[in-house]
Amino acid sequence: MAEIIIHNAGKTYGKTTIMQGIDLHIANGEFVVILGPSGCGKSSLLRMIAGLEEISEGQIQIAGTVVNALEPRERGCAMVFQNYALYPHMTVAENIGYALKVAGVAKAERLARVQATAASVGLGDFLDRKPGQLSGGQRQRVAMARAIIREPKVFLFDEPLSNLDAKLRVQMRHEIRKIHNRIGATSIFVTHDQHEGMTLADRLVVMNKGTIEQIGTPSEIYDQPASLYVAGFIGSPAMNILPGHVSIARRGVVLEDDSEVPVALPAGLPDGHLVQLGIRPEHATLVAPGQGSFDARLDMIEELGATRQCNLIFEDIPFCLLTEDRPALHPGATVGVRVAPERVHLFDAGTGRRIAPATAAVRQGREQPVS
Amino acid sequence: MIERTPLLNIATHLILILGLVIILVPIWLAFVAATHTLQAVNSAPVEFWPGDQLWPNLKEAWVQSDFGPKFVNTLIVSTGVVVGKITLACITAFALVFFTFRGRMLIFWAIFITLMLPLEVRIVPTYAVAANALSPFQTIMDATGISWLIATLSGVEVALEWNLLNSYTGLILPLVATATGTFLYRQFFLTIPDELVEAARMDGAGPLRFLWDVLIPLSKTNIAALATIMFVYAWNQYLWPLLVITDRATYGMVVVQLSDLVPDQLTTGGGTPTWHLAMAATLVVMLPPIVIVIFMQRWFVRGLINTDK
Amino acid sequence: MRRACFKFSWIAAALLAPQLLIIFIFFYWPSAQALYWAFTLEQPWGGGNTWVGFDNFTKVLSDPYYWGSVRVSVIYALATTVIAMGMALTLAIFVDRQLAGYRAYRVGIIWPYAVAAPAVGLAFQFVFNPGAGIFSYINTIAPGWWDLSKYPWQAVTAIVIAGAWKQVAYSFIFFLAALQSIPRSLTEAAAMDGARPLRRMVDMQLPLLTPTFFFLLVINITDSFTDSFGIVDTLTGGGPFRATDLMVYKIYADGFRGFDYSGAAAQSIILMLLVMALTFVQFRYVERRVHYT
Repeated sequence: MAEIIIHNAGKTYGKTTIMQGIDLHIANGEFVVILGPSGCGKSSLLRMIAGLEEISEGQIQIAGTVVNALEPRERGCAMVFQNYALYPHMTVAENIGYALKVAGVAKAERLARVQATAASVGLGDFLDRKPGQLSGGQRQRVAMARAIIREPKVFLFDEPLSNLDAKLRVQMRHEIRKIHNRIGATSIFVTHDQHEGMTLADRLVVMNKGTIEQIGTPSEIYDQPASLYVAGFIGSPAMNILPGHVSIARRGVVLEDDSEVPVALPAGLPDGHLVQLGIRPEHATLVAPGQGSFDARLDMIEELGATRQCNLIFEDIPFCLLTEDRPALHPGATVGVRVAPERVHLFDAGTGRRIAPATAAVRQGREQPVS
Repeated sequence: MIERTPLLNIATHLILILGLVIILVPIWLAFVAATHTLQAVNSAPVEFWPGDQLWPNLKEAWVQSDFGPKFVNTLIVSTGVVVGKITLACITAFALVFFTFRGRMLIFWAIFITLMLPLEVRIVPTYAVAANALSPFQTIMDATGISWLIATLSGVEVALEWNLLNSYTGLILPLVATATGTFLYRQFFLTIPDELVEAARMDGAGPLRFLWDVLIPLSKTNIAALATIMFVYAWNQYLWPLLVITDRATYGMVVVQLSDLVPDQLTTGGGTPTWHLAMAATLVVMLPPIVIVIFMQRWFVRGLINTDK
Repeated sequence: MRRACFKFSWIAAALLAPQLLIIFIFFYWPSAQALYWAFTLEQPWGGGNTWVGFDNFTKVLSDPYYWGSVRVSVIYALATTVIAMGMALTLAIFVDRQLAGYRAYRVGIIWPYAVAAPAVGLAFQFVFNPGAGIFSYINTIAPGWWDLSKYPWQAVTAIVIAGAWKQVAYSFIFFLAALQSIPRSLTEAAAMDGARPLRRMVDMQLPLLTPTFFFLLVINITDSFTDSFGIVDTLTGGGPFRATDLMVYKIYADGFRGFDYSGAAAQSIILMLLVMALTFVQFRYVERRVHYT
């Protein structure tokens, strides 16, 4: 059972702390995606699990063994690298079989396993080629096969799709998930691409500046972002954030121009508390001026095919809204914006943490399909 | 690019042909001399076209200089130097690039500074060291009192002695240290992506396995380039073998043999200078590296340009 | 520098040891030895040495033969460098036009690099020989006018020409490589701007070669100080009247024929400093070889 338990792990280079207090429990067979912008420490965390980087503090357990001091080859992990890291002078077959060769597996068995593995990722006809003669997608498959053949306890993926073009990326994404479903090994996948994260993950780990912001299923993360950071990072176009303060008398949040957005306020929130209001672009609708929660000026409408993205300006803050209608409006026009109260997210203006709304809203939020 | 420059093209060819003539003439004259008899070479007018005596002259020069064993020696030493230099360059650069440790830069600079200490400027003391390669350690042990300590404790007089004069080791060893080769390898190793190292580690390969299975196969081009220039370098060594080898009959190298062929008063004893034989021997001696350079031109040029910076 | 490294272990130490031992025994120890000898008076057959301070240097520097050696070394260095680089540059620029047969020209110019210095010396001794070579013609017209073994200036000319002949290939290879690494688009842009081939040579290629030019200048001068031994030894033997007694040759002659270890050591130290200065200049000021990348 390859469950991975990371306890209070941290990483420092000299005096610079790049990661701290990482607690993560990954169940056997789970597919976890670590998501975050470049420099957030997600690759370092992966490499610490792999044994390529040392753990400065805390503990990592794989399958019940503390691996802090173990070398990469002793950890039973296989890794797929961003640039694939194929050995340029070896054929596809040699690349795939190299780990077995190092481990001293007999040649006949090795060849059989190489062939079977290559066939399983559709590389059966390319065994004698060198990496230089392969397309990007094929190289990706070799990298996958090289990991699969070792029957590892844990699969590690370090942004493996980022060098592919958009179409291939979607295709490979599906294949990775299918392979996971077939093999069932615990997988950790690092990416900065939220679509990859949302579609692949059983659970998402959102990282920022060396700490974990939130852990949850993709829909949990989308529907109940734990912080302003997660709210802004997940979702495209990004969630709109408007500053305001709580007004118990007006049963909602009062914005800067004194207009109000009705919110199911949780009990105990003090009157006048400064908050940030989060509204996803697909949860706001265009109405006539004065008919909605607040009025804004239309800056530009972008045609996206299925929907239109209306870029509004509210009190010098950009506000984005998606609509399926085709509004006959010109830039500069004043429009009204209506927000469904149960769709509004509340964040503490001081800490940036989520303020859980009244329970009724949560259930409705959960029914949202994932993009 | 479409460009019609007939006049310039003619001028280009003329200039290049003139350059080739200047470069070829001295060797051509040497070649012509090697194809004539003693009388023809030493009598006016000068011959400009080859005669028919090349083969007899070559044979006589070969026998006279006893080139047989000397070619074997030269080949042994050149091979030793080439293999030694490439091996040392490769493993030193590997240790410098793929391991982290304190003093890495110090070692890098220690190797770098040898560039400023060519053999020619430290020739006399280097010769002294070659007479006893362990003398540095003896001196250090004497100076620090370790010799005295050993002598007092065990009664054994410490006398380290390793004479390298008149040996292949003496010819090869002082020539195998290589700053340029180490730098060439270092440059190459620095272009190896980190991920390749990591992939190898994930595949379970240790440092030596990684060096042998991945880096050395990848550095074939490097090896070819280094081998070419180092071979030419080793073959053409003159000053060092001139000094360390006094037993020419056993350990003589062909290039050194040329110093015996200078037709002056010493060698001819006042007789007619044997230019035809001297030139024949010169041709024989210069031929192998020329062949290497011409046939390995690509590697040779690459090696030369990458090692000197 | 590199993030993926192996941990230091006995393996790394074992890999470093051979080269470090060799450079210690054959580079650093002799250099230190030279330094020691230069400041002491050493008897060649043992018997201890006495500290003499700068005496050896004073002796060397007040020796007119030494200054003669320095003078001819400088003349040799400058003359071979100018001739070899001038010729190499001209040939490289025209070979770079890549007309028909340019590969043959290239090989024809490169191969002398492979010729051993003593072989060059010997071949040129024949060429310049007053009795047998083409210069015997001159002597049939003006008997006794040309004789390397009598006239110092002729001997110097001979070693300069032989040295330059050997150096052309090296500079040529570097010039040609630099020319060929000039991006094609640059040449094409100049052509679109209306520059014809000769114009492009002057406006594009020569300026872009400046770094290579300085690099070769330093390298050629350094090499002429150290690599000249073989040519001198077989072509003139240092004579006549020490006219071609280049610094390296003099160190060899004083040390191994005169057994003047201390004098030779002092000269070695001076030459070492010179080579170090040139190497330093090369790395400090001539580092950037190509300025369009």
